[in-house]
Order: sequence, then C-alpha cells, then structure tokens
Amino acid sequence: MNIDKKITDDLMANDISFVTTVPCKQLAGVIAEIDERDGIYHIPSNKEDEGMGLCAGAWMGGKRPAIIMQNTAIGVTINTLATLIQYYRMPLPMLISYRGELREPIACQVEMAVHTKALLAQLNIPTYHFHHQADVEELDAILKYTFMCNKPVAILTDANFWGGYGDQ
Amino acid sequence: MIRSEILKEIAPILRDQLVVCNIGIPSQELHAIDDQPTNFYMLGTMGLASSIGLGLALAQPKPVIVIDGDGSVLTNLGTLPTIANNVADNYILLIVDNGSYGSTGDQPTYAGQKTSLAKMAEAAGCDRVVECQAEDTGRVLQEALDAKKMTIIVSKCESGNAKMPPITMDPVVIRDRFMKAVQS
Repeated sequence: MNIDKKITDDLMANDISFVTTVPCKQLAGVIAEIDERDGIYHIPSNKEDEGMGLCAGAWMGGKRPAIIMQNTAIGVTINTLATLIQYYRMPLPMLISYRGELREPIACQVEMAVHTKALLAQLNIPTYHFHHQADVEELDAILKYTFMCNKPVAILTDANFWGGYGDQ
Repeated sequence: MIRSEILKEIAPILRDQLVVCNIGIPSQELHAIDDQPTNFYMLGTMGLASSIGLGLALAQPKPVIVIDGDGSVLTNLGTLPTIANNVADNYILLIVDNGSYGSTGDQPTYAGQKTSLAKMAEAAGCDRVVECQAEDTGRVLQEALDAKKMTIIVSKCESGNAKMPPITMDPVVIRDRFMKAVQS
C-alpha cells in the first residue's frame, strides 16, 4: 500500500479540495501527492495559525479544507483552535506528523511530543493516533466524523506509521 | 480622520460585499455603523483576518474585502507572501494603518515608525499595492473593486477609536448568517 496515495485518495473522496501545509520530512510524500492532484488547491502557509485562518475562510466559502502540519504546531495554534475554529464551530481535519515518538532521532522533538496529547485533550479535540500502517484504514471514517460534528480533529501519525527515518 | 470615520465613509461600498473584519474595536465599529449578514466579525484570533479573507476569496467568486489593521498585519506578516503567491482577483486587503494598536490602548506600532507595510507588501510580491491618505480610501476601494484585480490598500489615518459596545452576537450565528450570505 502507498500511504501517501491512500491518504490523498481519502481526502478527495471526502470532497476535501483546499489543503494548506507546513512541511515535515515525514509528510513530504503526501504533500507531493497532493500537488499532483488537480482536484485539490494546495496553498502552503508560513505558519500553522495562518493556515487555519485560510482553512476557516475556505470552509465559509464552500470548500472542505484540511491542514497538514507537525505536532509542534499545536503549541503555535492553541489560541486559533480555541477562538476561531472551535468558537465559530468549524470542521478542520488536522493531519499531523507526530515527531518525537519511537524511532525519533532528534532529541528536541521529544519535548513537544510529551505535551501533544495532553494539549489536545485539554482542548477537547478528538484525537486519533496512527502507529501501524493499517491504522490508515480509519482515515475515511475520521474525515466523515470531522465534517459531521464541525470540530477540529487531530490525526497523529508517528515515525513507525511512516516507516521510520531511513538512514538517520 | 480616524478608523471609525473611514468606516462610516466606506460603509455604502461595503454593504453589498463580503467583508471580513479584524478583531476588537474595528469589528465593534463596523457592527455599530452598519451591521450586515455579509460581515464576518472576528471576535478572537488577532492577525488572521487577511488569511480568512484569502481562503474565502480562493474558494468562491464573490469579491471579498478584508478590513485589517497595521498591528494585526504585523502579527501575521507571513500572510503577505501567501497572498502574493496565491492571486485571487476578487480579494482586497484594506489595511487601516493608524500606526497604533487601537484595541489595546493605542500603543505605537512599527508601521507608524520606520516600517512601510506598502513596501513590505510589494517586496512580498503583491502586484497591486496602493497607499493612500484616509480621505481617499473610498475612492481607492471603489477603484480596486472596479479593477477586479487583487489589491492591497494601505490607508494612512490618525490613531483613535470611537466608543462602541462589544459585539454580543453568538459566534456561530455570525458565521451561519455569513455563510448563508456567501451562498445567496
């Protein structure tokens, strides 16, 4: 199974046509795949809170959005999640690379990893953790759930899910 | 002129357009001057009006006018390259540049000192950037609508706020009536 294609297929099958990204090495493949698809407008953002603003506007304009980012972004976007996405009751699937988990080579990444689930729990954000490749089978249901309840929903994808860091 | 005087003057132009309005006193002023379902008021999240407006403009064809402030744009400067590189000709960013953080007690911003937001927008790659004096804002805004070109307007005005009540409308009501106006 090609995970990048599977994720992008699921986004498109759920009418997601506006995707903003702040890159991560683990997400490079899915970002490249999104760029290949004519049905998705890919708009890179310079910071994740900016990206959430873009997504909020796109959704009010009639397009289903998604944001792809690292878990460090949770530290950046708490105010935006609380006072924009949640306050105005907007749906936002967040495909998040969960850095700092098992097989992580960079020690500093662990410092935000240990806060990630606690912060998401504090915000009452539904959170799913993809650890094995087979976990991606739930993505379609998670996307449907997100647009059913009009909430931000986090999908944490760790290094084990992506197949490790290669030679690092 | 101060911001509220500009808003009063351009209210007839704004009335028929989709407007995304900056957090704090700007939204309170617009709400008090001419509340419309086509107005999206930001009640939180300083800095994101320009981003919300851009997403909206890219997602649908109606003109979108964002009323932003110099302080808020400085808070989200990454927005300028994103705007420049994702051209939406139905997008107008009106930066009411009074050189101060109006909602927090008129503390000076760098835009009122050595920093030029118009030049920053140009350096970011925005093709149509117009800096004007407060008195000319209505004319420049109408010209931007008529041009049907993505435009960044920096309107230089005096610092100061009109005394207006806070917006008590529920955020979901603001958002829901705005989305209905977008679709109508």
